[in-house]
Parts: sequence; C-alpha cells; structure tokens
Amino acid sequence: MRLLTRKISARLSARRRSRLAAPAVLILGLLATGGVWAAVAPAGADATGPNDDQIQAGRALFAVSCASCHGLNGEGITTKKGNNYGPSLVGVGGASVDFQVGTGRMPMAQAGAQAVRKTPVFDDDQIAELAAYVGSLGAGPAIPEASDYDYSNGNVARGGQFFRTNCTACHNFAGSGGALPKGKFAPSLIGVSAKHMYEAMVIGPQQMPVFSNGVLTPDAKKDVIAYLKLQEDAPSPGGFALGSVGPVAEGMFAWLVGIGSLVGFGIWITAGSARVKKTKKGADA
Amino acid sequence: MADSVATTNGTEPAVTAKANPAAAVATWADERLGIATATKKQLRKVFPDHWSFMLGEIALWSFVILLLTGVFLSLWFNPSMGEVIYDGSYEQLKGIHMSEAYRSTLEISFDVRAGLLMRQMHHWAAMLFIAAMLVHMMRVFLTGAFRKPRELNWIIGGVLLLLGILEGFAGYSLPDDLLSGTGLRIADGLVKATPVLGSYMSFFMFGGEFPGDQIIPRLYTAHILLIPGLILALIAAHMLLLVYHKHTQWPGPGRTENNVVGYPMMPVYAAKAGGFFFITFGVTALMGGLMTINPVWRFGPYNPAEVTAGSQPDWYMGIAEGLLRIMPGWETHIFGVTLSWNIFLPGQIAPIALLMVVLAYPFIEQWITGDKREHHLLQRPRNVPTRTAFLAAMITLYGLLWAAGGNDILATTFHLDLNTITYFMRGAIFVIPPLVFILAKRWCISLQRHDKEMLLHGYESGIIMRDAEGGYTERHLPLSPERAYTLTAHERPEVYAGLSGADANGLSAPKARLDQLRARLSKAWYSGDVQKPTVAELEEAHHHAELEHAHDAPLEGHAADGHQFDGRHEVAGEELTQKH
Ligand code: HEC
Ligand code: HEC
Ligand code: HEM
Repeated sequence: MRLLTRKISARLSARRRSRLAAPAVLILGLLATGGVWAAVAPAGADATGPNDDQIQAGRALFAVSCASCHGLNGEGITTKKGNNYGPSLVGVGGASVDFQVGTGRMPMAQAGAQAVRKTPVFDDDQIAELAAYVGSLGAGPAIPEASDYDYSNGNVARGGQFFRTNCTACHNFAGSGGALPKGKFAPSLIGVSAKHMYEAMVIGPQQMPVFSNGVLTPDAKKDVIAYLKLQEDAPSPGGFALGSVGPVAEGMFAWLVGIGSLVGFGIWITAGSARVKKTKKGADA
Repeated sequence: MADSVATTNGTEPAVTAKANPAAAVATWADERLGIATATKKQLRKVFPDHWSFMLGEIALWSFVILLLTGVFLSLWFNPSMGEVIYDGSYEQLKGIHMSEAYRSTLEISFDVRAGLLMRQMHHWAAMLFIAAMLVHMMRVFLTGAFRKPRELNWIIGGVLLLLGILEGFAGYSLPDDLLSGTGLRIADGLVKATPVLGSYMSFFMFGGEFPGDQIIPRLYTAHILLIPGLILALIAAHMLLLVYHKHTQWPGPGRTENNVVGYPMMPVYAAKAGGFFFITFGVTALMGGLMTINPVWRFGPYNPAEVTAGSQPDWYMGIAEGLLRIMPGWETHIFGVTLSWNIFLPGQIAPIALLMVVLAYPFIEQWITGDKREHHLLQRPRNVPTRTAFLAAMITLYGLLWAAGGNDILATTFHLDLNTITYFMRGAIFVIPPLVFILAKRWCISLQRHDKEMLLHGYESGIIMRDAEGGYTERHLPLSPERAYTLTAHERPEVYAGLSGADANGLSAPKARLDQLRARLSKAWYSGDVQKPTVAELEEAHHHAELEHAHDAPLEGHAADGHQFDGRHEVAGEELTQKH
C-alpha cells in the first residue's frame, strides 16, 4: 500500500502542471499499477540505476543545501500563507535537478518571482549525486544521455519552424527572452547548453510547458536545439543586432542615433556663418 | 550667428567674399537662357538661419531617400501572396512554405547586391522621416509659427504626418513576415471592432477572411503609388505656401513683422540645404549599413498560428499599441452584438480625436486668445506659458503611452513586473501630464520673471562688491540695447474679457454661455503670465541705474583697489595693486 500511495504522489507531482482535475488524476494514479507505470515511465527513468553511494552522498548534500526550503525528505515546505518555500521534489526526476542546479538556479539565493540563472554552486559529480537522490524519491525524467541532445544531424529549417511555433511566444523570435505576467519572464536562450535546452523541454521549468515526446518528438527537440545553436554562432547579416528585441529598440536607436545626430548636424550647419561681405558703395554687384 | 546676419534693414545686397570661377560659366549660360533673370526673385529669396528651421528639412531629405531606395526595392519586390517553397541562400529557411512577397524580401536581403543595405536604409529613413516631421511640428507649435496666416500649412503638415504613418504601416506590412502579419491582424481587429459593420469592413478590406491573398497587392498599390503621390503633392503645396508666406523669424533688432532677415536662397541657403541632404543621406546610409532593422529572416514567414514575444509596431504606432495594451477589457453585449470598447475606444476613437485636436489647434487657440492678427515673428516658448506647458503635458502623455506599448521590453530590461507597469500606466496617463503641465507653466513664468528682472535691474555680472560697512553685493549691469530689444519684442497680451453691455444683450442663452466660457478660458490662458516692463518702468529703472552710477562717480580714480573690476571699466591688463 505504501508503494501504491508513493506512486500516486509521484504521478501527481509529475503531472501537477496539467489542467486535469484532481479526481481524474487520482483515478489515473489508482489505475497506475506497477506494470502500467513501467510502460509509461519516461524513457531511462531507471535505466542506469544510480548506485546507493551516490544516493547517500546526494542525501547529505541535500540536507545541507536544499532541505531548508524543500524539506528534509524533499517533501516541500509550505508557508503559513500557503505558499511554498520550496515545492515538493518527489517525482520531479533527475533531469529537473540537473537543470535547476546545473544552470545555477538552485540553491535559490533569494526569494523572488523566479529563480534566476547564476554560476552553479556544485560541480558535475555533486549534481549527479543530488540528481540521484531526488530521482530516488519518485520516478521522473532522468538526466538525458549525450546522444539524446546530440544535434549535429538536426534539421535547422525544421527546427526553426518548431521554434517559431512552440517557443517564440515566450522566448522571442531570436531567443532573447520575453516578459511573462507577475514579474516572471522567459529567459534568454543564448549560451544555454544543449543538454539544458533538452532538459528544459522535457521538464518544463516553472511557467514553461512540458514538451513531452508526443508534442515534440526527440528528433524535433534535436532540430530545435540545432536551430538555436546555429543562430548563436551565425553572424548578423544586418549589422549590430540592437539586442534582437524587435521594434522597440529600433525606435530608440532611430531617435537617439538618427534624430539625435541629424539635429546635431543641423545645429552645426546653422552655427557656422557663411563668409558674406557688403559690397562697397559704387561697386557694381 | 547674430554677427553673420545683418542686424539692420540694409539696402545693399550681400555677396560672397571669394570670386567664383563657376560664375563665368553661369553668366555665359544666363545670357543665352535667361533662367537666372527669370528666377532672380526666387533665388534671392531670403531664409533666416536657426537650427530649429532645419528640422523640417530632415523630413524632406528622408523622404527623398525613401523615394530613391523605394524605387530600388520595387525592382525586386514581388507583392504576391502566392505560396512558394523557399530555395534561396538563407539556410535556416530552406524548404519552408512562404508567400512570394516574403521570398522576394529574403531575396532582396541575401541575394541582391546591396539589397539588404537598401532595405535597411529604406526602413531607417522611414523611421527618421516620421520622427523628423514630429519634431518639426513641435518646433512650429512651440514658437507659434502656426498662427495666422500659416494655419493651412499647419493642417497640411498634420495630414502629412498622418499619411507618413499610414505609409509606414503599409510598408512594414509588405514583407509578409511574422511581425507584418501580426500588425495586420491587429489592424483587422481594429476594423472589426466597428459596431455592426466591423466584419463586413474587414471582409471588404482583406477580400475575404483574414489574411486572404489580397491584402499585400492592395497595400503595395497604396504604398508605392497612392500615398507617396499624395505625400509628394502635399509637400509641394507645403513648400509653395512656405515661399508665399515667407519664413518666420525670431524677433531681434532689424527683424520685424514686415521683413525677413537671413541668407539668400542662392548661394548660401541652397549650399547649406544641399549639404544637409548629403548629411542626412550619410547618416541613413551608416544606420542602414551598421544597424539591423526589421530582420525579417528571424521572424519567419507569417503564420496565423504563431506569435513572438517582443511583437511591436514601428515606433510611430507605439502610442496606439500602448493604448491598446493598457485599456481594460470592457465589452458590452446587446441584442446579440458585442461592442468591444476595449478596442473601439483606443483603436478608433482615440486616434481620430487626436488627429482632430491637432488639426484644429490653431483655430482653438485663436478662439481662446482672440488673436486673429497676422504674425511673422516667432514667440519664445516661455512667453506663451500655457501653450508650452500644454505641449509638455502632451509629450509626457505620448512618452507614457510609448512606454506602455513596450511594457514587456521594460519588464525584461529593468526586471519589473508586467502587470504593475500596466496598472501604473492606467493611472499615470491621467495624473502625470497635468502635473507636468503645472510644472512647465511655472517654469516658463519664472523664466519670464527672470527676463523682466534683467530688463529692469540688469544682468548679474558676477562681480561681487564689498561696501564700506563690509556688506557684499553683486553688481548688476544693464543689458545691451540689442538684447533688451529682443527681450521686449513680443506683444503685450490682451485677455479676452467677454462681451458686455449692449453687445451681450443681443446674445441667445447658449451663445452667451459659450462667450463666458471663452472669456474664462482666455483668463486661464494668460493667468500668471509676467508682463514685460512698461516704458515708464524701464525709464524708472534706467534713471535708478544712472543715479547709482552718479553716486559712484566721485570715487572714480580714487576707488579702493579692486573697484576697477566693477564692470564699467576696461580691465585688460589690470591687476590688483596690493596697496591700501
Ligand atoms: C531559498 C529556498 C530554496 C533552496 C535553498 C533550494 N530551492 Fe529548489 N526551489 C525553490 C523554489 C521556490 C522553487 C520553485 C520556483 C522555481 O522553480 O523557480 C524550487 C524549485 C526547485 C526544483 C524544480 C521543481 C520542479 O517542480 O520542477 C528543483 C529540482 C529544485 N528546486 C532543486 C533544489 C535543489 C537540488 C536544491 C539544493 C541544491 C534547492 N532546490 C535549493 C526554493 C529553494
Ligand atoms: C509559456 C512560455 C514558454 C514557452 C512556450 C517556452 N518556454 Fe522555455 N522557459 C520559459 C520560462 C518561464 C523559463 C524559465 C524557467 C525558470 O527559470 O525556472 C524557460 C526556460 C527555458 C530554458 C532555460 C534557459 C536558461 O536560462 O537556463 C530553455 C533552454 C528553454 N526555456 C527552451 C524552450 C524551448 C526550446 C521552447 C520551445 C520548444 C520553450 N522554451 C518554450 C517559458 C517558456
Ligand atoms: C513616404 C515614404 C515611405 C515610407 C514611410 C516607407 C516605409 C516603408 C517601410 C517601413 C517598409 C518596410 C521595409 C522593410 O523593413 O522591409 C517599406 C517597404 C517597401 N517600400 Fe516603402 N516607404 C515609403 C516610400 C516608398 C516609395 C516611394 C517606394 C517605391 C517607389 C517604396 C517601396 C517599397 C517597397 C517595394 C517595399 C517592400 C520591400 C521590402 O520589404 O523589402 N516605399 N516601406
């Protein structure tokens, strides 16, 4: 029975962003017997099976750096007002930890609308240990293999199309980032590693939707990564890109650089006096 | 500048100092063609010189650049919405379905020599064209250059601005990229918000359901034929009226309501203006060559299912975007019809109201002030505090709406909360402009007060004098007569008092109320203004200054060391003697 409830909670948290009403999730969870679960479990969830040592090391790190917000067993801590210090990590999977800690978002430095990218606090081994520990709390997407996000054969044109259809609404046409309601934002995608891009699509951090393999096939994900990586390196044919944020920056430059310099030239041209002299009386003009 | 231009009404013409070898050729040609003699009067037309008179020229020259680059673009651009599969040299879009218009824009960008430069110059010039018209308009407004007899030229200018904006909108809709389409979708929404008729109008405009395959060819006709033709005709009318009315000038010695002091059209002004064309061209070329504008290849072809963060129109539509973004979502449902106030008010009513106020402004002001005389001398902004303050408030409102239109960019750039910006703007557009109005008006009035002080008591010379009791005072010295003339060249305003007595008796009740309103507005218009000193006051002040001088006179030659620096003596080479 304990096993069953754990699985239900795992399903619950893995799916907690979906719009499904709670009862439906419960029924789904009840139906999720061991066999069915294994069939639908994200690929590789337990494939390489982290060893116990890693999990133990991860637990120790977790207790020191993460438990203050996420609870000693990663069960999450709720404030009196009903907000989270940190959400439950049961079932978020190793990929989520690798993404959150690998991009420096976790451990979160200060409470804010959104955890921001910063220099990672832990090295790769420690991240793997933390991921192993959190992964052991409940099944979830595992850290992807290098072959999952190897984009060398990706189709950029198709990737661009996927990107424009699925991502630009939040991340902007050039991946420069964009605003979301309530102080949240979709960050810039420039300089993000292919692995983190892949993980972001799989786990859907924060406001970002999960792009499951049904929505965006693994190949399509590679195409998107290939497109983004190509854009990162591609020269800007038009000259300075002005931040790639669209017409607002262009307008600013038109006024500051264009009108600013032309008015400056206008002042200059009218300040310099032409050499004019009066003709002497009697001299014919 | 004042030195290079005559300060009196002389009778002899000015000529350039150096003899010009080209003159001989010109004389030869003229003796046979007679052009110079025929156009002599126009060529000698005088233009006053001031930097603010160049603003309109920026607009004119950017329009010329638009014509030149536009013709280049039209050689390759294909205004068709027919679907093709891209096979050009831009790797990231190979094999993608797109319209002919978008494909040819990519071709211009990547496969036509200098095509991208031309596209970017065309677009930057469009931004500058409209921006220059706007600043030009602000200069005309601030200096009262729109007053009689120039009201018609003000109206022409206002229509030109409107046409420029429409032309720009048509232009950036042509490439059929994602932003073009998003802009057209908003235009479609605005049209559809028309009560009852909306959907019919939209179908008419797009030749069916949005986006259809008609809109780009239609916009193309408007963009390269209809609107440029109208703009060209109106610019011609604008210039003809300018020559007919003659240019306004700043008041000063020798400059009156009946003359124009400045440089002759030929050769000085023409050289300056011609040079300015090359400067404008150079700036535009540099911008086009160095700064990306409208990178359509990043947006991708228009697809109604897509949208991107940072979707904004060009800056000149920014205030419309801002209004739309901060408008609360009000709707009414009656008789099965939805009235979308949230779009109808900001998208249709507001721009029309704004245009009406702009066009009618000269007449509104005339009505309030009752001033229907001709004016050729400009006003200093400080001497019309209410008008200046009104513009300051309008600029503030414009700026706030602009910011509201870029609320997402503000949010990400300055780490602000999108919702907070929006709520703030909803209040700010009503609160901040009036505050700015009050501030600007007080500011003008204190500047006026400062002018008056200077006229009566002289300017602050920076010379500190110590008197026998040990007190310190700053010496004020009288202004030069030229300066004093310039400062007093404006008219003494008259408040419209309203009709009274027998005149008022004949009015019907509504007319009488209107007259009262007019009198009240006129009073408010001039309230707080500082009047320039009267002749009596000035004479009194001069008398006082002379007395003071006379009082100091006996000290002449015996003054304590240092008094030679009192501003009344030549002090070159003078030093403190160190003797007491
Ligand atoms: C200051 C409190 C705080 C600390 C310390 C902290 N977290 Fe978090 N964590 C949060 C909050 C709040 C969120 C949810 C908001 C977000 O994702 O931006 C979160 C989200 C996460 C998530 C994503 C959960 C999901 O739903 O996908 C993971 C994984 C995570 N944290 C792991 C860690 C790990 C591992 C550490 C320790 C290295 C850690 N956190 C330290 C506050 C904290
Ligand atoms: C609903 C808006 C939304 C959409 C659509 C969206 N994202 Fe995101 N994305 C976000 C947000 C919000 C974050 C930041 C999450 C956080 O900080 O916890 C994010 C983060 C990311 C990151 C991590 C960036 C970093 O700084 O580490 C990547 C990579 C990413 N998204 C890629 C994508 C891709 C690829 C797509 C399309 C397939 C996409 N996103 C679609 C909102 C979105
Ligand atoms: C009144 C002045 C004009 C304004 C404000 C204006 C504005 C614009 C703008 C903003 C664009 C979008 C450019 C882009 O980024 O791709 C554009 C495109 C275009 N304009 Fe103009 N334009 C003007 C006059 C003209 C004239 C006179 C012509 C031709 C005779 C012309 C021809 C074109 C063509 C062919 C395009 C599409 C090419 C492309 O998108 O690359 N324009 N215009």
